[in-house]
Amino acid sequence: MSEITERSPQAVAPPPGPAPRGAPGPVRAALNALARQREATVFVIAVILLLYFGIKYNSTFVSQTNLANLLSETAAPIIILSIGEVFLLICGEIDLSVGFVYMLSPFLMHYLIDFYGVPVVPAIIISLLMGLVVGWSNGFLTVTMGLPSFITTLGTGFILWGITLTTSHAYPANIPVGAVGIGRWIGAAPWSQFIWACAITAIFYVVLNRTKWGLYTIATGGNLLGARESGIKVGRIKYGNFMIIGVLGALVGLQNAFYTQTIDPSAGGYQPMFYAVTAAVIGGTAMLGGQGTVIGAFLGSIVLATLLNGIDVAGISANPLDIVFGAAILLSMIANVRLARLRAAGRN
Amino acid sequence: MTTEPVPDAPASATADPSGDVLRVEHISKRFGVVRALDDVNLHLVQGEVLGLLGDNGAGKSTLIKIMCGFQPPTSGRIILEGQEITLKSVDHARSLGIDTVYQDLALINELTVYHNMFLNRERTRWSLLSNRSMRKIAQEQLDRIGVNIPSVDAEVAKLSGGQRQAIAVARAVTSNAKVLLLDEPLAAMGAKEGAMILELVKDLKRQGQVSIIMIMHNYGQALEICDRINLLQHGEITFDKQAKDTSVQELNDIVIEEYRRALQEQKRQKTA
Repeated sequence: MSEITERSPQAVAPPPGPAPRGAPGPVRAALNALARQREATVFVIAVILLLYFGIKYNSTFVSQTNLANLLSETAAPIIILSIGEVFLLICGEIDLSVGFVYMLSPFLMHYLIDFYGVPVVPAIIISLLMGLVVGWSNGFLTVTMGLPSFITTLGTGFILWGITLTTSHAYPANIPVGAVGIGRWIGAAPWSQFIWACAITAIFYVVLNRTKWGLYTIATGGNLLGARESGIKVGRIKYGNFMIIGVLGALVGLQNAFYTQTIDPSAGGYQPMFYAVTAAVIGGTAMLGGQGTVIGAFLGSIVLATLLNGIDVAGISANPLDIVFGAAILLSMIANVRLARLRAAGRN
Repeated sequence: MTTEPVPDAPASATADPSGDVLRVEHISKRFGVVRALDDVNLHLVQGEVLGLLGDNGAGKSTLIKIMCGFQPPTSGRIILEGQEITLKSVDHARSLGIDTVYQDLALINELTVYHNMFLNRERTRWSLLSNRSMRKIAQEQLDRIGVNIPSVDAEVAKLSGGQRQAIAVARAVTSNAKVLLLDEPLAAMGAKEGAMILELVKDLKRQGQVSIIMIMHNYGQALEICDRINLLQHGEITFDKQAKDTSVQELNDIVIEEYRRALQEQKRQKTA
């Protein structure tokens, strides 16, 4: 019975790829083992990009300031948001509103401290809880009211955007004086955002791979009916994952405000959210649910940040930058899909 | 439907003098004006394999859904090991020892065999999954009931239809089920795969710890594996015989008779 006689319809049906045959040498075996990891492609792409920019633009790219820029300023927010998106994508949903939670959270902190006299720490906690509430609302509209999450979060995103612009009159604000100290811990100090990003990656890696929550998230996205028949409370899983990304979005918004030392109504929005979804997908998370990787999202974010930063360092002017960026995303995805087929063929 | 649901009562196995592990009495189910089940009486003897046959729409699935707690009957009683029970949900039925393998199997393709076998019953340590212990136990359980798969680490998506069915059955058996409801376990399965499932059910029968109700379509297979055959027609049990006392011929005749009547009925309606 060791033969696979038929392939499940749900499996990503790979055509028989050029699977290596015969006894492989040690190098080949190592490469095969690497290629079987879901994160392998994006790892290879990240290394190639880092080497390319590192060698070609040695002095500018490898400087400590630039690496801090790349990893902490550019990559960290994408990493944190993409981990939230990974959990949602795995359970079959998506959050388009998270960039607007990002936008609103520092304003909320500012209003609470400067207009309502709330002490700094509770103000920050309430701002984070706002993300939780938005996540709950997204869960309510999606799970309980039955809207597709694409529409739910499009709607809530616009509402949050409107709230931010209305309450701020579309003007930037200063960081409340009392919050500057704690702000260093949250995001102002160099590398602090990257340290947060690494810690969050580690925590959610464990959550996805070693806890019931992670298992049930995969089960919910992999086979909704089956998960329900097994007694898993699939609604609760979705609510929870919307709430997780809400808090992460609020955190990133605060970090960015502290780092840039201003609360800007043009920060956040769709762009960081799309970067996050792109990073998750480049990293090997399926758009259709059931599969995803936290490490892949981390590496995917590094790839995007390296591209953004490297193109900048290379001095490509701002206008064609997006053409290069878009093409690079597509190339990464093509490599990803090809290697995924190879991987599936190898595993059989 | 008067008594409260009774939690696991291991001593009650002897409580029913008839030796029935499960009995349903006078079960009816109506969906609006549609009468899906009409005064169905069915009993399952401890350690027996009961084949439930019947035409599409005869009410087999409705009956299974009532016995597994998915939906309540309109009227009637369910008696498990001598105690009347009111099933509140599939989970509740499962906790009482009635486990179901649905046609869709409720397996998660993206998870490994052992994660599927422990789904919603995971073993944890400091709230982290004890993968090593689950993997070991899953392997032992599969070995014990004689299911042969390449590896418990394999994703379920990589398994064949028969292997998937076997995993689903194994999962239900190892959750200490007393009564196992199998909804067309041989549907859409090749001969080789089907034989594997029949072997598995035979092994379970030999071990004698679980009593099984199987919905089946193939009379030959049903007579080979089942101790007793019940035939459900138009929401009523019309036939109840030991498998050794009947034959494919007899079952065929009954069903052909039913077709003939249906045809005549249709003709009458056309001419009317």
